[in-house]
Amino acid sequence: MNVILLLIAASLFLGGCGLAIFLWSLRTGQYEDLDGAANRILFDHDHPKR
Amino acid sequence: MTALALDPGAIEAATDICAHCGLPALAGRRFCCPGCAAAFDTIQSLGLGSYYERCIAERPPRPEPSERYDLTRFVTARADGGKELVLAIDGLRCGACVWLIESVLGREPSVLTGRVNMTSRRLKLVWRGPVSEAERLVGRIESLGYRLVPFDPVALAAARDDTDRALIRALAVAGFAAINVMLMSIGIWAGDAAGLLDSMGPATRDLLHLVSALIALPAIAYAGQPFFRSAIAVLRHGRTNMDVPISLGVVLVTGLSLAQTLSHGRDAYFDSAVTLLFFLLIGRVLDHRARGRVRATVELLLTLRATDVTVLADDGTAARRSAWSLMPGERVLVGMGERIGVDGVVERGSSSVDTSLVTGESLPVTVLAGSAVFAGTMNLCAPLTVRVTAAEDGTLLAECARLIEASEARRSRFVVLADRVARRYAPAVHLTALATFLGWYVWGGAPLSQALLTASAVLIITCPCALALAVPAVQVIATARLFQSGILLKSATALERLAEVDTVVFDKTGTLTEPSPALVRDGVDPIALREAAALAAHSRHPLARALVAASGNVPMAEQVEEHPGLGVAAGAMRLGSAAFVGMPPDDGACAPELWLSRPGKVPVRFTFAERPRHDAAETIVRLRAIGLKVRLLSGDRQASVARIAAAVGIDDWRAECSPVEKVALLRQMGERVLMVGDGLNDGPCLAEAHVSASPATAADISQTLADAVFQGAGLGAIAELVVTARRAKGLMRGNIALSLVYNALMVPLAVAGFVTPWLAALAMSGSSLLVISNSFRVRA
Repeated sequence: MNVILLLIAASLFLGGCGLAIFLWSLRTGQYEDLDGAANRILFDHDHPKR
Repeated sequence: MTALALDPGAIEAATDICAHCGLPALAGRRFCCPGCAAAFDTIQSLGLGSYYERCIAERPPRPEPSERYDLTRFVTARADGGKELVLAIDGLRCGACVWLIESVLGREPSVLTGRVNMTSRRLKLVWRGPVSEAERLVGRIESLGYRLVPFDPVALAAARDDTDRALIRALAVAGFAAINVMLMSIGIWAGDAAGLLDSMGPATRDLLHLVSALIALPAIAYAGQPFFRSAIAVLRHGRTNMDVPISLGVVLVTGLSLAQTLSHGRDAYFDSAVTLLFFLLIGRVLDHRARGRVRATVELLLTLRATDVTVLADDGTAARRSAWSLMPGERVLVGMGERIGVDGVVERGSSSVDTSLVTGESLPVTVLAGSAVFAGTMNLCAPLTVRVTAAEDGTLLAECARLIEASEARRSRFVVLADRVARRYAPAVHLTALATFLGWYVWGGAPLSQALLTASAVLIITCPCALALAVPAVQVIATARLFQSGILLKSATALERLAEVDTVVFDKTGTLTEPSPALVRDGVDPIALREAAALAAHSRHPLARALVAASGNVPMAEQVEEHPGLGVAAGAMRLGSAAFVGMPPDDGACAPELWLSRPGKVPVRFTFAERPRHDAAETIVRLRAIGLKVRLLSGDRQASVARIAAAVGIDDWRAECSPVEKVALLRQMGERVLMVGDGLNDGPCLAEAHVSASPATAADISQTLADAVFQGAGLGAIAELVVTARRAKGLMRGNIALSLVYNALMVPLAVAGFVTPWLAALAMSGSSLLVISNSFRVRA
């Protein structure tokens, strides 16, 4: 049954990664302009640098 | 532009469509006005012509003469040497506008960042160089037809919403914990159900419990904070709300589960505790988001109307400054058609002033040197020099401020439905749990651990998850629905109060009637009207706007000069005040009127009057049909109130009411009143009434006080508000009933000791989902 220790550790690690990525995306303001994000995918690549 | 009753003549003249804004242009021309031609050139010369193909919504707005702002006060310096400015944008239609603005700014070498936030309609501009560079950039965007108004960085920082992010972080943590703890729990239950416990072994179960505890404890300590804080805050004031049973339930259940884990017990409820928090946080986040968005919108509307004033220095030079920075004693020049931005006394000049937002009077008031004028009124006829005074006691404004304060305090005593239920529910739940414990331990002779476990099962089953979602779930969906129809619900309790309303009281000017005067069409020569409108399109004056609105889409005249405070002229044609076209001024007050003079013809006079909103009568019939009494309280004169009351079909009206009288009348009615008003003089009534609404054209203070702000030209929003609120209240009650029925079914099982952790988890999630899905019926 020792494999369960490994599995628990693995699942917590993966879940923790997901949580960390979500918190990062939240902190960098990626949820602040959902309407804009929906439209931006339609812009061309000649979009000026910013 | 509204295309009401187009004159046939106007259409004949306008055979072509402007290549920029899509409005009619003179035959054979590509553009309707020089502004559009310049905007088109700018866009083409930057190689951004594909903009016109990208426009999926309407065409861009027609560029109009805009007011200049002194931007210095709004700029913040950044650590990297750049300067930052946040501006509100008016005129964004679709993604193409975002693309155009960002592309134009991106081609400017001085711009470091130019990013549009489409949701909050803001432009963040970071650039290198002096402030004048920003003024040039802003001018460039404005020449495309958008209007930009700077945000005050101090106000912006104060309004920044950290709660939203904190709630979402808590939600993420709770979600993570819920998934992982459930993973452990399912393992335990599966072992239980298959009778494999022996092969699994108590050691494995203890391990799974321990891992669950290690995940759940920090998660609950973090994600439970919004509830714990609120519970502690109300308990300190000797009251209770829904957060008290939630916090108590979560803490007790976690504590007991921990004790079970440490004593190698069979059942632990960590999964229930974290899932509960996860569900409750979903409700919290949605609730907060819906209201945060409304707040941001109202804030934006108010900013867009903030204007600068022209300050006269002692040496006679004039400078544009923000109205907030003025000191008493300074002199301000107010041009014709400009809003008076300050409270003060007229020092030079005589004019008539539209005071409808302040006093509710529809006819302009004549002011002479020495007359008092108020912020929010509109100067109609001639330039005025106003000396700024501090708001003193005894003025109308001070009186209103006092009344508002008194009424606000009274209203805060309203107790929302959920809290009324919570007041009875919490003690009942805790007594049942205690009775269960005593029943098993003292009378039943059960061992301590079993009695505790059964009591904690009761606590989990009764933990008011569905009950706590019952009200916010409906609120979020109803608020979103109203938002889509242009009604901004500002107060969280407004829906519940709206549902109880039995009387609607309207203000007249600006509420039942259109916010700006309309042209009196009788005997107006259509050709003169079209010529006047072509000139008027160059002015921001409210009467000029009314002329343009009355004539439909008319191409703009060319080479027009605006004479501030007088009128506009193109060559020998003139449109403006009587004096401007060389007519003797009318004796006494100048009624709202404009004169058009053309070479070789007799000057033509256009008069203006207020007119009811197009759907006012219809809305009043609808309000009566849903069982509401409709009344009218106005500060205006008898005759004009009687005329409008008759036109919209209200027989119960009072005219010439001062703000104090209005409040007294409202109190006499004693009913649950929905007050609809727009003026400063309605402020006390808006605060006093059971619930209140304002059109988006209302005075700032009215919009701040009102529970709901509605946009658009019609009054239909009022009926929709009440109908939606009633349906929402019905669903809230239905939801509460659902969760109480669920309790009535499950509590006896829990008391009898039949509830196991998996049954608790299932019942709790089931009831929450049921309540959430029931709430969606408010959309129907």
